[in-house]
Amino acid sequence: MGAMGALTIESLNKTYGQVRALRDLSMEVPAGEIVGFVGSNGAGKSTAMRIVLGVLEADSGEVRWDGRPIDLAVRQRIGYMPEERGLYPRMKVGEQLVYLARLHGLTPASATTAMEHWTEVLGIAERRGDEILKLSLGNQQRVQLAAALVHSPDILVLDEPFSGLDPVAVDVMSGVLREQADAGVPVLFSSHQLELVEALCDRVGIIKSGSMVKFGGIEELRRTDDRRWVVDGPPAAGWITAVPSAQMVSSQGTRSVVEVRGQAADAVDQEILRAAMAAGPVHEFGLLRPSLTELYRHVVTTDATVTDRETVSA
Amino acid sequence: MSPRPTVVEISNGAAIRLIAGREISTRVKSKAFVWTTVALVAAVVLGGVLLHFVGSQSDTTQEVGVTPEASGVAEQLVALGSVLGTTIETQEVASAEAGEALLRDGTVGAVVTGTDPLTVVVHTELPDALAPVLGSLAQQEALSSAVTELGGDPGEVGREIAQAAPDVTALEPAPEQDNAQIVAGFVAGILLFISLMTAGQLVAQGVVEEKSSRVVELLLATVRPWQLMAGKVLGIGVIGLSQVVLVVGAGAGTAALLGLVDASSINLGVTALWVIVWFVVGFTMYALALAALAALVSRQEDVGSVTAPVITLMMIPYLIGISIAPWDPTNPLVVWLSFVPFCAPMLMPMRIALGEVAPWEIALSLGLSLALIPVLVWLAGRIYSNAVLRSGGRIKLKDALTAS
Repeated sequence: MGAMGALTIESLNKTYGQVRALRDLSMEVPAGEIVGFVGSNGAGKSTAMRIVLGVLEADSGEVRWDGRPIDLAVRQRIGYMPEERGLYPRMKVGEQLVYLARLHGLTPASATTAMEHWTEVLGIAERRGDEILKLSLGNQQRVQLAAALVHSPDILVLDEPFSGLDPVAVDVMSGVLREQADAGVPVLFSSHQLELVEALCDRVGIIKSGSMVKFGGIEELRRTDDRRWVVDGPPAAGWITAVPSAQMVSSQGTRSVVEVRGQAADAVDQEILRAAMAAGPVHEFGLLRPSLTELYRHVVTTDATVTDRETVSA
Repeated sequence: MSPRPTVVEISNGAAIRLIAGREISTRVKSKAFVWTTVALVAAVVLGGVLLHFVGSQSDTTQEVGVTPEASGVAEQLVALGSVLGTTIETQEVASAEAGEALLRDGTVGAVVTGTDPLTVVVHTELPDALAPVLGSLAQQEALSSAVTELGGDPGEVGREIAQAAPDVTALEPAPEQDNAQIVAGFVAGILLFISLMTAGQLVAQGVVEEKSSRVVELLLATVRPWQLMAGKVLGIGVIGLSQVVLVVGAGAGTAALLGLVDASSINLGVTALWVIVWFVVGFTMYALALAALAALVSRQEDVGSVTAPVITLMMIPYLIGISIAPWDPTNPLVVWLSFVPFCAPMLMPMRIALGEVAPWEIALSLGLSLALIPVLVWLAGRIYSNAVLRSGGRIKLKDALTAS
């Protein structure tokens, strides 16, 4: 297949009866990047992924790859791991993977080669002759990932690929995703393990009630308007008044957290540091950036302005 | 790094072939399928052998001894026997005493020792099969003596009597079925029922297996729903067809080898071919209906209730077929239902086996069924596509038809 392109999801809307599962959902997964998709259960992650795969039809909106709307030929080049895991329980691992590879258009010979490669990489080579139902859940999960990778997809869409994996398998899975992205494949996956998403992803999308409330690079998302610093030195109560725009948030022993709300001069951090040093020796001074977990909590619990938005064009 | 494989865009035909191929290899490897086939073939072959054995026992040849004094009646005995349905072989015995010895060791059932009047010696009693033959012989002998006494020619009178028969006009001539036709009709009905039922259930279970294991989501990310349904129906159809061909071939082969149909007016080859044709037609219709219905449920335990209407539809022609058709092939219920699609695949081959059907009737029945298939394909494709990805509870048929 040709060069990799970006996966673009634009203004997807989906309604199930009374429930609006997706509201104008848009995101882009650039070629060679890993995009994490987070949100609470029922937020619409799986719905969006199923629409990308064409197993579900959107009420409106479009999914494009490399600028063109996705058709069946492109879908056959997607590697998919559904939320509800599914393989033929009574079919052998090897036969099953070869069958799925062939359904994606591989020749018998390259299907067999691919099956051998991926069972080797994922550590299930010695289980090729076993029926799926005889495997442990962790190994079934590995076979499921092999099923998503066996046809060397141009796009990867994985719904909670890390759930139920042991730490070693998580490392293997992370390595495989990174390798695929480095080969130019756009990788989209959903997860509830936010530390993992933070460590692995180039971009993150946070979805709430069917709407994308935050989307961007991790660094970009962590950069907030209200900035905080941690100061290890003289307690802030003694010197904070020297910087009019800053307030003290907390102070415990020698560690204080100070905050500047809203827009402020870039040099405000220097002002704070000078004020602290004037009061005594400073051992540590650093910008406090919210972790993805904090960001997520903040977005999911508040941010009423976005969720009330009704911009659906039916 | 992963190998970059050779990838080709997969055509409709290739996708369906792959799906059908998986169905076939899965079934062929299943012990249940292999043993069912072996059992069916064995049942048909053993049934044929049993029939042959029973058949040859019923017309056991009756041995009758004839002393030199009575040698004139030997020919008459054989002739009368064949008229009355008893095969008789005569053997000359030197004397009444020699005859007695044969009677005691059971070599002969009776010895004719005199003709005027007819005298017969038996061991304990006259065998049932010989009584009417010897009775008629005695009457003919008595008649001959009387004719001779009256100056007539007993030979001429005998011929006149032999030719005399009532001129019968039947208001509604009853159809004549010989045993081979009745057996063939039965076997055709039972075989079609069993094979349509088995193959149909395999389709329904296969559809639900993919739904309940959720593998359908993975499959439908790369193939279209109709391809999946068509591949499954085709694959199981090929398996079912080969089973039917094996069983029909074994049955027809056994019948031909053992000469079970030599005396019958049945055309074994034509009947066997029709059974196979009707299996294909019947399977296509039932498989489509069952695949669509099975797609409405997500658990194996719900297959029975959702497919019940179609299974009942299969039972009706079968029960009517085997309980009425062999005894009364022109029964109006049998005749009319043999034209109705879904009933025809079981009733029409039975009528063909029984030999009571005109070519135009077969053509009409086949035409009606074939005309319904495109409608079924459309309906089943729609229901299946709309329902197969919806898991959870049972989906209403109406919703599956209307949802886009």
